[in-house]
Amino acid sequence: MSPEIVQLIAEATLDTLWMVAVATAIATLLGVPLGVFLATSGRGELFALPAVNRIVGLVVNATRSTPFIILVVAIIPFTRLIAGTSIGTKAAIVPLTIAAIPFIARLVETAVREVDQGLVEAARAMGASPLQIVRKVLLPEAVPAIALSLTLAVVSMIGYSAMVGAVGGGGLGDLGIRYGYQRFMPDVMAAVVIVLIVLVQGVQTIGDTLARRLNKRLRHN
Amino acid sequence: MNMPLRADLADVREVPVAKADDLDRAMVRLEAVSKTFAARRGGGAVTALDHIDLAVAPGSVLGVIGRSGAGKSTLIRLVNGLERPSAGRIWVDGTDIAALGERELRQVRRSIGMIFQHFNLLSSRTAYGNIALPLEIAGVGRAEIKARVEPLLELVGLADKRDRYPAELSGGQKQRVGIARALATRPKVLLSDEATSALDPETTQSILDLLGTINRELGLTILLITHEMSVIRRIAKEVAVIDGGRIVERGDVYDIFTRPGHATTQSFLGGASGRAVPAGLAARLGPDRAAGSEAVVRVVFRGTLAAGAVVSSLSRELHADVKILSGAIDEVAGRPFGTLLIGLPSSDRHLAPALAYFAERGLDTEVLGYVA
Ligand SMILES: Nc1ncnc2c1ncn2[C@@H]1O[C@H](COP(=O)(O)OP(=O)(O)O)[C@@H](O)[C@H]1O
Ligand SMILES: [Mg+2]
Repeated sequence: MSPEIVQLIAEATLDTLWMVAVATAIATLLGVPLGVFLATSGRGELFALPAVNRIVGLVVNATRSTPFIILVVAIIPFTRLIAGTSIGTKAAIVPLTIAAIPFIARLVETAVREVDQGLVEAARAMGASPLQIVRKVLLPEAVPAIALSLTLAVVSMIGYSAMVGAVGGGGLGDLGIRYGYQRFMPDVMAAVVIVLIVLVQGVQTIGDTLARRLNKRLRHN
Repeated sequence: MNMPLRADLADVREVPVAKADDLDRAMVRLEAVSKTFAARRGGGAVTALDHIDLAVAPGSVLGVIGRSGAGKSTLIRLVNGLERPSAGRIWVDGTDIAALGERELRQVRRSIGMIFQHFNLLSSRTAYGNIALPLEIAGVGRAEIKARVEPLLELVGLADKRDRYPAELSGGQKQRVGIARALATRPKVLLSDEATSALDPETTQSILDLLGTINRELGLTILLITHEMSVIRRIAKEVAVIDGGRIVERGDVYDIFTRPGHATTQSFLGGASGRAVPAGLAARLGPDRAAGSEAVVRVVFRGTLAAGAVVSSLSRELHADVKILSGAIDEVAGRPFGTLLIGLPSSDRHLAPALAYFAERGLDTEVLGYVA
């Protein structure tokens, strides 16, 4: 492999990491509160708003069931509005984020629902407000599960980011398509796949370790 | 408080109903409280509590005992407003709980501590952090939190576990953290919902001792709920027996132990101190008073324990053989009592005079049955 190709792979890797990082950051910022809302707004729950809960749930489900590649195309006008362009790394961040928000929201919802109801009961008995219960009980207790959820989200987004390559989104997927497929350079294709595998493995390992560290339910000693 | 007496309660002892001014001073008071849970899909409405009257004097410990599903948890959750009554009124330290809005209720809850069967500690916080939680919720500053939490750790004997997470503590230690947490906001009332039910007998004892100490030294009023009579006798002075959402019997713990009136109370006392009929005897015991059979009578001695002397003098008086089948001496609320199972001829000539003999001496008897 020529130094130029190696250089290209390195740049594409950075592009991918950048896309995924920015998309994850924004999607976490929006997805976590959305997940908490989904977990606490059902009938008889802390912020009982069953009608809103149902509507938000529908939107989330609709977004999640749209195949990613269709989502990318369908929201091109929106992407142009936000990123000013519809191709390249910057543009790819938009659909990635849009896809990641409901994904993270559902995972966070599950994580929050797993928190022992007895703790909510105890906090209520202490005179905690619903907001205090979220801040001081539900979120801290759900942190290990949320860490695992975000790991899963990052791994999925690495895969998705390779997919936006197919529509000129930049990054490793883009490189793989243009060089590996269109110019028929199987070694580039193989390198791209290997880098992706290493990235996913690395993210998963870091996420697992972090979640284990954060989980105080395990005895550490 | 006029509780409608059911037919089967006709012989319930006069309840030590508090007098009017006692009621006004009560730390916790329930008046004609009922709670009905609305029907869920596939089921009817559930009446968890039915016309409950209850008063807990300041600084006292009231035990409430009942089977699973009797309505105990619902009762305790009404006191701190986690549930709203369907009818009736509830006062805590003079405040009408049922009349408060959610925001005011939160304020009141800070003066009511609560401990739970499964401790309900945050796994993400250390012992210190868990005890600090109610103070953070109440908006207490960091320095003040530290000044309050450290002595509480000391009080419950966990100063060396300060930075341990719940996963690193034993059940008893977790409940100690739970107790310290409940005390953090310096409440006037402590609610205990089966707080020892997940603990072994030894740990239960140490937790009850701690609650007793807190009751005496801090003057904390305790409303304690349990399904174990052994818990009641160790800590409470007064007890209320709840069954099917109603209070079926209540009174002084010693009286209830020595003279249980209601069938539910008797079943709770089941194996307690000498009440159990030895298995071999129980198998032969029947309801038929056949000629020549022997009556098995339970005699309860309250206070005085001259049991042997009473039985031998009865034997002489009846000119009949009175056998002691089993017996036990025990102490409840610091006062001794004894239970004796005796066997004697069941003929009219013997049994009726024997029962009269005990009655004259102020001893309670119960004919359990007959053996051929
Ligand atoms: N939130 C609720 N909704 C419907 N029924 C309930 C609810 N809470 C309790 N109950 C019912 O009320 C009765 C008393 O329950 P509870 O107070 O938990 O009993 P205990 O604590 O004595 O075991 C039970 O029949 C229970 O099923
Ligand atoms: Mg219960």
